[in-house]
Amino acid sequence: MSVRHAMLALLTVGPKYGLQLHQEFEAGTGEVWPLNVGQVYTTLQRLERDGLVESDDAAESGPQKSYRLTSSGSDELHAWLGPPLNTGVPPRDELVIKVLVALRVPDVDVVELIQAHRRRLVQMMQHFTSLKADADESDVGLLLVVDAEIYRLDGVIRWLDTADTRLRHRPALRFPDVPSSIAARRRRRAEAPA
Amino acid sequence: MNAMLEMCQVSKSFGDGPTLVHALADVDLAVRAGELVAVMGPSGSGKSTLLTIAGTLDEPTTGSVLVAGTDVSAMSPNDRARVRRRSIGYVFQDFNLLAGLTAAENVALPLELDGIRAGRAQRAALAVLDQLGLADRAKHFPDELSGGESQRVAIARAIVGDRHLLLADEPTGALDSVNGESVMRLLRAACKAGVAGIVVTHDAQLASWADRVVFVRDGRIVDQTGASAGPESLLLAGPTR
Repeated sequence: MSVRHAMLALLTVGPKYGLQLHQEFEAGTGEVWPLNVGQVYTTLQRLERDGLVESDDAAESGPQKSYRLTSSGSDELHAWLGPPLNTGVPPRDELVIKVLVALRVPDVDVVELIQAHRRRLVQMMQHFTSLKADADESDVGLLLVVDAEIYRLDGVIRWLDTADTRLRHRPALRFPDVPSSIAARRRRRAEAPA
Repeated sequence: MNAMLEMCQVSKSFGDGPTLVHALADVDLAVRAGELVAVMGPSGSGKSTLLTIAGTLDEPTTGSVLVAGTDVSAMSPNDRARVRRRSIGYVFQDFNLLAGLTAAENVALPLELDGIRAGRAQRAALAVLDQLGLADRAKHFPDELSGGESQRVAIARAIVGDRHLLLADEPTGALDSVNGESVMRLLRAACKAGVAGIVVTHDAQLASWADRVVFVRDGRIVDQTGASAGPESLLLAGPTR
């Protein structure tokens, strides 16, 4: 979550105090993504340093200092909003790595490890679902954030379910040093004329 | 604990000799009034067998089932059928509404089968339909209802009268996410009003509406979550087992 861009967005409707920015951010998403007030001031200082916001006076940053968006701040916000996120490169997922590593460690029960993570994730999902169940339907910001968290957790749980099924029906495990498909691709790349 | 449903050491096997299958093994599960429990597991894990035994639609091979403190395993088939009609409501994935009856007639049916006069049963049915926001659909036939409306009528049928136990098998399987969510809200609200509920599913999003999630695997309960907790406490807490 880009706190930086959220601050710029909150300033599009006019100048605001640091404390106000903190409260407005928390009102939208605070139950899911709590933000400490210190983070808000640090972010505002950096935005000011980069010329994306400006403040009224040279006072210490604090609750009563007012900030407004500069035209470069507005450009930066729109440049960030426009292009789709770069989701093409898979992030290195720690859970996936954990399961892969666990398969190679003889005294670890991978199915149990998967279940421990599944339980934890379902419990987190119960938390977000109860926020959704109790939320006012007009609180669209909160509902959207909660939905996003629930779908993210659901994706991980589905991966665990699939991993579980694959591991139960697995043939004897083989660990070639370099999977043949990748080795072949590397060979082709090395042999290709420059 | 004021358990509305108790399953004690319940096992169920099908077939014999080389074709013997253990569908459930040593299941202990208690659900109290006001609680919604999700039973989560993959296909073939035994979760639907668990639900049919909890609902007295099938008998365990060994072990006992108590509904509102009474051991139904020891009852005659007739007495068990009465408990089923009066105390237990079912919600299925494909709604199972009778096509020749209107929404209100479908909801009134379990009461009429239990000997309640048609007029009184109809009034009770209309009251529940109204409570679920379906008053204007009461005279419609199932083929005139959307999927979401059909499932809400099925829930009305499951909670009409003085039911103690609400059992649902993948109740949102045939619905889109918005209708699925409203069905889960209704099931959750019915439980908050004092019914004990069990929903079986393979879907984590559906299970997360429950107060407690029980994980089944190869016919056994292998794990469960406690009451829901926030992310911070989850990071600090160790395993609940």
